[in-house]
Amino acid sequence: MSAIVEINALRKSYADGFEALKGVTLSILDGEILALLGPNGAGKTTLISTICGIAQPTSGTVRVAGHDIIDDFRAARSLIGLVPQEVALEPFEKVINTVRFSRGLFGKPRNDAYIEEILKKLSLWDKRNNQINALSGGMKRRVLIAKALAHEPRVLFLDEPTAGVDVELRRDMWNIVDELKASGVTIILTTHYIEEAEAIADRVGVIAKGELLLVEDKATLMRQMGKKQILVHLAETLTDIPAALDRDRVELAEGGTALLYTYDTRADRTGITQLLNDVAASGLTLRDVETRQSSLEEIFVDLVKDAQEDAA
Amino acid sequence: MNPTAILAIYKFEMARFFRTLTQSFLSPVLSTSLYFVVFGAAIGSRIDQVDGVSYGAFIVPGLVMLSVMTQAISNASFGIYFPKFIGTIYELLSAPVNFLEIVCGYVGAAATKALFIGVVILVTSYFFVDLQIQHPLAMVAFLLLTCLSFALLGFIIGIWAGSFEQLQLVPLMVITPLVFLGGSFYSISMLPPVWQTISYFNPVVYLISGFRWSFYGLADVPIGLSLLAIGGFTLACMTVIWWIFKTGWRIRS
Repeated sequence: MSAIVEINALRKSYADGFEALKGVTLSILDGEILALLGPNGAGKTTLISTICGIAQPTSGTVRVAGHDIIDDFRAARSLIGLVPQEVALEPFEKVINTVRFSRGLFGKPRNDAYIEEILKKLSLWDKRNNQINALSGGMKRRVLIAKALAHEPRVLFLDEPTAGVDVELRRDMWNIVDELKASGVTIILTTHYIEEAEAIADRVGVIAKGELLLVEDKATLMRQMGKKQILVHLAETLTDIPAALDRDRVELAEGGTALLYTYDTRADRTGITQLLNDVAASGLTLRDVETRQSSLEEIFVDLVKDAQEDAA
Repeated sequence: MNPTAILAIYKFEMARFFRTLTQSFLSPVLSTSLYFVVFGAAIGSRIDQVDGVSYGAFIVPGLVMLSVMTQAISNASFGIYFPKFIGTIYELLSAPVNFLEIVCGYVGAAATKALFIGVVILVTSYFFVDLQIQHPLAMVAFLLLTCLSFALLGFIIGIWAGSFEQLQLVPLMVITPLVFLGGSFYSISMLPPVWQTISYFNPVVYLISGFRWSFYGLADVPIGLSLLAIGGFTLACMTVIWWIFKTGWRIRS
């Protein structure tokens, strides 16, 4: 896949000297879903705002499908749709009018059939003549998405699309994102919900303190960074770990009815064979064996902690 | 240029106006009628004539100007302040539009609303006094330029304002006094010499004088000077707005 957004050494400092972005370089691939993970204040929103034209970059460049966001802002911005973090909508306007307005604002001629299509896709068609302030919070978020899609963008930025959203709506959002991806839209979403990145992203970028710590294919990331655990269920109940089994990274679990062994998938020898042999040699009876992979959450916490320790 | 975008902003802003059309229409009709009752009938009956024009008719240009100026400012300042306040400005900033297009949309809509109010007041005046318009072309030009320039000023105020209080501050503390002291309800020549001199520093004097001249051929200052004043004022506002968008002052972090 070729890159549709190319960010090069992007810096953003504010007047008070705060450096929100410290030289971010990132290529976003055409048609992918990229999740930008990071704690609050990491610079996720600043990154998006700078790409979309809401904040001015201090230095560095951003190109969207080859168009520079400053020198060729019309072409670049025409390709971008933005769903902001905060719900911001004209309260007294009808749903359909505010979506039509967005399309016009981006210079696209009126197209009622297309507006109808996106409103239907977002389950907003029945509410099209409602005033926005009469909608529920979830519906308002859908309107924001409809507005961002009104001009048929190729790249869609979703800034914390599911922050403060109930579980059902979050599932809906994920489905919507899936459908958009299927229609060829490149999606960049920021989140601090790891499960969200894990559920829908193709690649994951981790941002902390204005720096991009890594960008990696989600599966690779989990495989490379992941620690795995094996849980050995026993027929017996143990009070102490038998001497033959006592080694690093082995602990009692499940109230003494299981042994939990943590190993590194990247190591040459995982030590699993030896452990299981030793369990058999100790005369213990295996009831079940299960493995667990560490989630993105744990990877993420480790990464951010490392970055903070490096900075300190 | 992106005419579709200008039209989209213009229509969106006008929609706000049409939602409250009855209010927009009735309030100027009511306030104009009140002015005629108070200034025209009650006070005007004792003043009789100013430079050969009945007092009721004399104040019409000033009344129109007063409303047009305040309406243009309040519509334009609210129009751009409201998106800042509720956060919808993000869409404007991320859209493929330049400052000229944004200004055309917002200021155009605000000027249109002010023009509408101005025309409503003129028409209402017909029912109270004997109105004559000696220079209709000049009248239209003054009216349009005033709508435009004060909408530009309102746009600047809306960008500058950080709260609803500030939004009201400039119209209340600066514009209203300037308009009232600008000869809306009297001829500058009726003032003592010192106040006449001071009045010539009030830019609104030039606008009201020029506008009144287009009705009755009466002016406190030469008509050329009036045109120059309104032209210069429009240009000054446009320069400030150009600078605002160039630097991103108060809108783009």
